[in-house]
Amino acid sequence: MRRSRAETETNHAKLSRRAALLGGVQLLFMGGLAARMNYLQVDQADQYLLLAEENRINIRLIPPARGEIFDRNGVQLAQNSPSYRIVMVREDAGDVDDVMHRLAKVIKLDPEARDRAIAEVKAAERFLPVTVADNVSWDDLSRVSVNAPALPGISPEVGLTRVYPRGSDFAHIVGRVGRVSQADLDAQETPDAVLRIPRFQIGRINVEAREEALLRGAAGTKQVEVNATGRVMRELSRREGQSGADLQLTIDSQLQNYVQARLGDESAAVVIIDCENGDLIANASAPSYDPNLFIGGISSADYNPMLESKYRPLVNKTVQGNYPPGSTYKMVVAMAALEEGIVGPDETVYCPGHLEVGGRRFHCWKRAGHGWIDLENSLKQSCDVYYYDLALKVGIEKISAMARQLGLGIRHELPLSSVSAGLAPTKAWKQEMRGANWVIGDTVNASIGQGFTLASPLQLAVMTARLATNRMVIPRLIKSIDGVEQPSGGGEPLGMNENNLRKIHKGMHVVVNDRRGTAYRSRIIAEDMRMAGKTGTSQVRNITSAERARGVSRNEDLPWERRDHALFVAFAPSDKPRYAVSVLVEHGGGGSTAAAPIARDVMLQALYGGEPPLDAYPTADRGRISAQQEKLREVQPQATIKGKDQA
Amino acid sequence: MSYLEYSVKHVPTGLRKILHLNWPLTILLASVAGVGFLMLYSVAGGSFTPWAEPQMKRFALGLVLMIAVGMVPIWMWRNLAGVAYVGTVLLLLGVEFFGSVGMGAQRWIELGSFRLQPSELMKITLVMMLAAYYDWLPAKRTSRPIWVLIPIIMVLVPTFLVLKQPDLGTAILLLFAGGGLIFLAGVHWAYFAVVITAGVGLVTAVFQSRGTPWQLLKDYQFRRIDTFIDPSTDPLGAGYHITQSKIALGSGGWTGRGFMQGTQSRLNFLPEKHTDFIFTTLAEEFGFIGGFSLLGLYTLILVFCVAAALINKDRFSSLLTLGIALNFFLFFAVNMSMVMGLAPVVGVPLPLVSYGGSAMLVLLLAFGLVQSAHVHRPR
Repeated sequence: MRRSRAETETNHAKLSRRAALLGGVQLLFMGGLAARMNYLQVDQADQYLLLAEENRINIRLIPPARGEIFDRNGVQLAQNSPSYRIVMVREDAGDVDDVMHRLAKVIKLDPEARDRAIAEVKAAERFLPVTVADNVSWDDLSRVSVNAPALPGISPEVGLTRVYPRGSDFAHIVGRVGRVSQADLDAQETPDAVLRIPRFQIGRINVEAREEALLRGAAGTKQVEVNATGRVMRELSRREGQSGADLQLTIDSQLQNYVQARLGDESAAVVIIDCENGDLIANASAPSYDPNLFIGGISSADYNPMLESKYRPLVNKTVQGNYPPGSTYKMVVAMAALEEGIVGPDETVYCPGHLEVGGRRFHCWKRAGHGWIDLENSLKQSCDVYYYDLALKVGIEKISAMARQLGLGIRHELPLSSVSAGLAPTKAWKQEMRGANWVIGDTVNASIGQGFTLASPLQLAVMTARLATNRMVIPRLIKSIDGVEQPSGGGEPLGMNENNLRKIHKGMHVVVNDRRGTAYRSRIIAEDMRMAGKTGTSQVRNITSAERARGVSRNEDLPWERRDHALFVAFAPSDKPRYAVSVLVEHGGGGSTAAAPIARDVMLQALYGGEPPLDAYPTADRGRISAQQEKLREVQPQATIKGKDQA
Repeated sequence: MSYLEYSVKHVPTGLRKILHLNWPLTILLASVAGVGFLMLYSVAGGSFTPWAEPQMKRFALGLVLMIAVGMVPIWMWRNLAGVAYVGTVLLLLGVEFFGSVGMGAQRWIELGSFRLQPSELMKITLVMMLAAYYDWLPAKRTSRPIWVLIPIIMVLVPTFLVLKQPDLGTAILLLFAGGGLIFLAGVHWAYFAVVITAGVGLVTAVFQSRGTPWQLLKDYQFRRIDTFIDPSTDPLGAGYHITQSKIALGSGGWTGRGFMQGTQSRLNFLPEKHTDFIFTTLAEEFGFIGGFSLLGLYTLILVFCVAAALINKDRFSSLLTLGIALNFFLFFAVNMSMVMGLAPVVGVPLPLVSYGGSAMLVLLLAFGLVQSAHVHRPR
């Protein structure tokens, strides 16, 4: 079809107009794009640059090495040991099931653990290492390395884990660590970032928990470049963290081992304190348990027996235990009376075997009575009536004030879990806590460490040390932190009358060293190491009148949990006190038979700084003691240290 | 003026045609492609594989094809327009039934080793068809309803087929390119007023349809629109692309972080860094200056095309050149708007820069047509 030139011209003109229009719109749009580019890249550049850096650089924490714990002689009690584990990276492994089945043939891996590991690997990001076997032995690790070509994606890794080489000896002192739980994180307002490291260990109980702040250290950081999927591309910079402080305890691990072995499976507690500086050189609670079992999770097969045992191995009886102190409390009453000048040391009291107070009859342990008796003999023979009489004269307030002065009824600051305050009762206390008036019978009961009175073996040891030295001995467990010696617990002078104190010392001396003393059988015959002490037998039940009519039932005839607690406190040498010791045997029967022999053995061990010569013991005992020493020499702490034994 | 009217003897013949190619345009295209090679080399971490080298080979092939197409007289292409259009529509129907599914959409046909994306081809054949139609249509009929309806159907049929694939990005491009060509052909303003009104109505309808059984877009398309409006609502999910892209772009600043120094793209923060989002890498590494320069190159290409169209007295040639230029413009405008957070992520590559064989070859074929129109223009 032919077209006129004119029509063609108008068409072209129209096209040009519209093309110009459309071109203009396009230019406008491109101007808009340029403006947007300008906005993003020039106006907002700083903000986006910042976002980009956040995108790119990820800060990873390097777990700090936990501070180690040593005994007073530098023996390691808690250490960080390399633990070997086997990790798998899914993207390198290819067929996860296949590789895991092959791995299970190379190392011992039960089917349940294997299937769990397969599931975990499959659930994780494909480039992240997942632990498939923890705490593997060196042998297993070697086997994995040798078989590496057949195990793609599998690699061994070394981490640090807490190990307690002295195991059960220090479970009640050093304590243990455990993995951080969600509950731990929730409990803190702003949890330390280091806690978010997977498998990070924090102190759970005792020194590990109470000195967590010192032991933990500060996390280091490394900056890594990551991509959007979180994969680490390379490490940019690294700032090493601060390892935790090393702690040195006042405990002598050799002595501690002996004491723990001496107690064996008995439900008992022993505290040995240095009279001069308050150092706890042994602090044993039996039975104990192996804290290593708890690292990385304890099996219920191991844990349930501990929970259910009537001997309560998980309880630290030295500081958590609250026991009626029994006759060991008599020094407190005597000292209160002497200091008040209410009774002279040579004043005598008549003991007919009982005392009638407020229409109620309070018996002496010796039904026939002790007759006329003075302070020294009252301690030696542990006459109860003498102290009933004294307590009635002095009054409960003065007695309890003296108790607190001697370290009873107050909480001692120690880095141990659940340190109990015990109880030195007062009238106000009873009114407040029990809503009842103090009655005269309460005072009588308190005078022999029964009734409301409660003390822990630690408090009794402190009491003994304070009585021995006339100083306010403060128990100390941490000797030094990172080599810096901690203040001594020697304490200020208590300012008690030396003459009065000498009377008490004399009384305690004859308890052990006089033929008629209650602990004569547990005496030390080495002349310069004579021990002074006091037995205690605390009732855990009321003696009914029916029982009394039959004659006081023998402890051996009662079921274990109804027997009396046996106690003994002592210091030695009696003329120049060096160590104070307290022994408690739960439901052990009499203090003289169950507790005093232990006290002598551990005291001698402490005084000699090792196994004492047999001639420190009375001749008659030497054969038996020799056999006992023979046996105890073999006893090693329980310490299951995984992965190390085969190394 | 039609081809039958002007003297062919002024038109260069044989290899002399090569001298009459639109060389400035060719050089501009090569420069843009060069920017593409540079960026593909960079996102591969300083390596010609896996992207830069194949892209260069394909560009070389495309360049040869472009010149070959440019040597063919433009009237041959005009006469083929109808066949090409119908053929492409049939191919689109073909992918509907035989196509491979990639990225959740049926988009291509496997032809031996060559993977043909008919929707790419459609952009050109539609422009050819419309240009041929308006070349044939007498001017006085241009605005008559029946003669307006025909090109509208020509646009809507492929648009609908592409939308069915579903490829929203290409469908929109087809719609705009077709509409633009109808506008250039001189159809009366009133029609556009009506269409725009209807378009607004349609958008409203689309949004109203959401959640009903007859909803017009797929859920993911709705979500993309949602996150486009406010990407911060889902920074690691659907809005992730736009957020990361803006971070990369913005962190480039004035001068950029330097060649191969872009962290965002290199560290895989950027999705599809070698295809649809390649502009962010450029903007990150070369900054505002780099991005603006590329925009400048594109503008120059447009200017040269429009200039070529305006000096060309042949109506088909003019319309075709303008239509292809419009297509080209839509390509990069939509892509750049997308990466700058001005448009939803619709999956449109950056022309000549993004990695991808099919799109580049088709684009160079289209520019071959522009060359042909230029070489064989009436003198």
